[in-house]
Amino acid sequence: MLCDLFIRIRSLFFRGAVEGELDEELRFHLEHQVEKYIRSGLTREEAVRRTRIEFGGLDQVKEHCREARGVRFVETLAQDARYGLCMLGKSPGFTAVAVLTLALGIGANAVVFSLLNGLVLRPINVPGGKDIYQIEQGKEPSQSYPNYLDIRDRNRAFDGVAAYEIERAGLDTNGTPDPIWIYETSGNYFDMLRVQPFLGRFFHLSDEHGFNSSPYLVLSYGYWQSHFQGDRGVIGRVVRLNRHVYSIAGVAPPDFRGTEIFYSPDVFAPIVDQEQIEGLNSLTDRGNNTTWLVGRLKSGVTVSQAKADLDSIAAVLIKAYPKNDEGLHFALGRPGLVGDALGGPVRAFVAALMLLAGLILLAACANLGSLFSARAADRWREVALRLALGSSRGRILRQLLTEAVLVSLGGAALGIAGSIALLRALSAWQPIPDSPINVPVSPDAMTYVFALLLALLSGLLFGLIPVRQVMRANPYQGIKQGSDALAGMRRLSVRDVLLALQIALCAVLVTSSLVAVRGMVRSLHSNFGFDPRNAMQVDTDLSMSGYSGDQLPVVQRRLLEAVSGIPGVTAAGIANRVPLNLGWTGSSVYQDSTTDYRPSNKAADAIQYSVSPGYFEAAKTALLAGRTITWDDSKDATRVGVVNREFARKVFGSEQNAIGRFFKVGGGTRVEVVGIVEDGKYKTLSEDPQPAMFLSLLQSPSKHTCLLVRSNRGPEDLGPALERTLNGLNTGLPFTISTWDRELGTALFAARAASLALGVLGGLGAMLAVTGIFGLGAYTVSKRLRELGIRIALGARRKEVLAAALGRVFRLLTFGSAAGLLLGLAATKLLSFIVYQATPYDPLVLAGVVLTMLLLGLLAACIPAQRALSADPLILLRED
Amino acid sequence: MFCVEAKGERMPVQRIDLPQGTLDLLILRTLALGPQHGWAVSERVQQMSSDVLQIQQGSLYPALHRLERRGWIKARWGTSENNRRAKYYELTKTGHRQLEAEKDAWEKLTAAVAQVLGTA
Repeated sequence: MLCDLFIRIRSLFFRGAVEGELDEELRFHLEHQVEKYIRSGLTREEAVRRTRIEFGGLDQVKEHCREARGVRFVETLAQDARYGLCMLGKSPGFTAVAVLTLALGIGANAVVFSLLNGLVLRPINVPGGKDIYQIEQGKEPSQSYPNYLDIRDRNRAFDGVAAYEIERAGLDTNGTPDPIWIYETSGNYFDMLRVQPFLGRFFHLSDEHGFNSSPYLVLSYGYWQSHFQGDRGVIGRVVRLNRHVYSIAGVAPPDFRGTEIFYSPDVFAPIVDQEQIEGLNSLTDRGNNTTWLVGRLKSGVTVSQAKADLDSIAAVLIKAYPKNDEGLHFALGRPGLVGDALGGPVRAFVAALMLLAGLILLAACANLGSLFSARAADRWREVALRLALGSSRGRILRQLLTEAVLVSLGGAALGIAGSIALLRALSAWQPIPDSPINVPVSPDAMTYVFALLLALLSGLLFGLIPVRQVMRANPYQGIKQGSDALAGMRRLSVRDVLLALQIALCAVLVTSSLVAVRGMVRSLHSNFGFDPRNAMQVDTDLSMSGYSGDQLPVVQRRLLEAVSGIPGVTAAGIANRVPLNLGWTGSSVYQDSTTDYRPSNKAADAIQYSVSPGYFEAAKTALLAGRTITWDDSKDATRVGVVNREFARKVFGSEQNAIGRFFKVGGGTRVEVVGIVEDGKYKTLSEDPQPAMFLSLLQSPSKHTCLLVRSNRGPEDLGPALERTLNGLNTGLPFTISTWDRELGTALFAARAASLALGVLGGLGAMLAVTGIFGLGAYTVSKRLRELGIRIALGARRKEVLAAALGRVFRLLTFGSAAGLLLGLAATKLLSFIVYQATPYDPLVLAGVVLTMLLLGLLAACIPAQRALSADPLILLRED
Repeated sequence: MFCVEAKGERMPVQRIDLPQGTLDLLILRTLALGPQHGWAVSERVQQMSSDVLQIQQGSLYPALHRLERRGWIKARWGTSENNRRAKYYELTKTGHRQLEAEKDAWEKLTAAVAQVLGTA
């Protein structure tokens, strides 16, 4: 087919020459034919006329010749695109609405897809990242360090298993410690992940020689940039981490943020130095599950083989350590989102968002489909003319599709630009102050390709909607009757179905966002078991200045007494952590009669706090019976605890007889119940009542220090006073001071983010509903303006005119909204997993949805209704 | 697809869609006699069919270009009888083979159709 190729290429690239030859060839034919007729006795005029009739349309013949030469596709495309741009330019309003509608749809999808890509699809950012798995214990991500060592040494399925923990610490380069977030990692962490240092070296397994033996730190690239100004001489520099001497071994590469997507550390430190860094060593305790494990699967080993391998290790451990490892079960999860603990909900939520975004795009397509089919109807005369002039239906369809695709590409460009801006902001956003949490979701090539494909697909989708219209077209009718040929209102047109569908989709979105927002509002006003208003929170960690052991309560008491002396302070107390903060400490609780402390014998799993005297007053947690912790509950006194109602119910069967009774915590320590407080929220807002116990801070000391200060002064006033007082104590500690309300943002983060995302999608849906209703309303009115004018002239009342003009639109609105509401109610069951108290069976939500849809309908129908009412019969009748 | 009209009947226009390739066959057959330009091809077809078939002349050229692209005929510019520059088409080797094949197929088809019509 060399000849074919040659002709195609020649036609394409030597278009001028080829066209000239074609002209010459056809002219030759026509002249000969004319001469023939003249020779047969016709006049010249008659000869030319007959020749032309016999030959057919010259331009059509040329077009068919070009087609036969096979270059038509590219040429036609360019021609269609030019013509399409010209036609779109002629109706800028239509074009703007169409492009914007699609930009919203594509933009929403690009953003959500980036989330999906960044959080779910993309493996963690290390060489061969898809082989990295998190080794979990059941559904919890944490393991004990001794078990880690056993897994590391006994497994046959992994190329390496590394351990890490996330901790706070104080890094001290020139006097005062800077509070930072660290990963304590096993020596093989970097080697297993196959990451190369940006500068210097990493620490290795060979650097570990028992506990507290590896005095090396690795800086993250970000921290190196922000705190060492990218100084290359930093390698080998001696710094102090929680007062202990370390040397900086290296800097991690810029794109390495550790193995948790949301938590990027400032510094990596060896886990074997945990005792030094944290002041206590949990590495020898097989019952202390605080370490997270990641492993690299050996090539050729399947996931199920790895699971079997882990199962056999678990069996060995259960046999050897029944006390701690009874019922031990390992599982493999995707790394990056605290195993499946966070991964499950995040994945479900992002998938749900993707679905909603898909619905938005579908609604946008329905919207554009009806716009385009209205436009095709309006351009009926043009289409008819082109058909009559010999254009093929295929060609006209292609032209319409080209216009649709042009619009969709424009929309995609705009949508992608918008989503890039949004995603950049999202990636830079730190939702929780003083914590390394952020959402790294920069768009990548995948996102662009996805958005482009979506745009083309939706362009074809809504571009194809008017196809039937064109295929039915009859040019004779079209030219005779003009655009009215299609105006005969059939009972139910494609446009009606599309509008109803679109309204239903929008109602789904509005319903789910209202349910989410309502749930948010409810959860903000529910009883937390404490009152975050008018209270300030001061965070510090005593180990950052090297305090440990018996020094801890002494320093804490000094802090407390100093703060209590500030004028206006009504209550102050210290806890090792406050409820609804990041993380919690869970403990197994046993009956007083229990002597065998294996997991199956426990009476409850309770959340454990260590609190100072004054804590309950400062937190405003109501004491229901007994007393709170006092300074007399010291190290040498009987161990005491205050428990909540749920604890009392669960461990002692009732609240009444709990006071004065004993329970046991891990290892058999007896604790006497001295008081009962109200239930509250501890881990998350959506949790069921949990047993909680508050032990004496003097008896269970903690370096984590969370100071709550309640006062009748405003935070802007109290904040500086607190800072002056605390720094005046010369403890060398760094303090983070903020209001408790603000700190509580952490617990509400997930719900807030979810509500925000749903709110935005709901807003988009509402906008699409407005443009859709407006579009169809305006179109109907403009089609029937003459009829309406006549009605008005014949004395129809305003109500009747409106009913005639927009009755159909409102019927569609009602039907669509009802369908959407029902669907939305079914769909929001999903939501209740994320948003606390998200129940759709709430009269306020139902009324809200109905009202919103009604308002949207009124808003959108406002302008067309005005136009219908102002139809002036005189002008209208004169016009046509 | 191309249109022929039975001669003499102008209105109403009776258009018959002939099977694809029939025009190609006629063109190939005409060119088998020797190189021709487009006008001569149309004249010759008309002549040979005793004026029964009149090709709408416009549809001849797309067919010529299509055949050229397929490599069955090739074109070169020459000089016509009255010293005008004209585009001449001639049959290529594959064109000859194609003509034989199509003639064969056509004869089989018409014979079969005739037989059916004769026996019915």
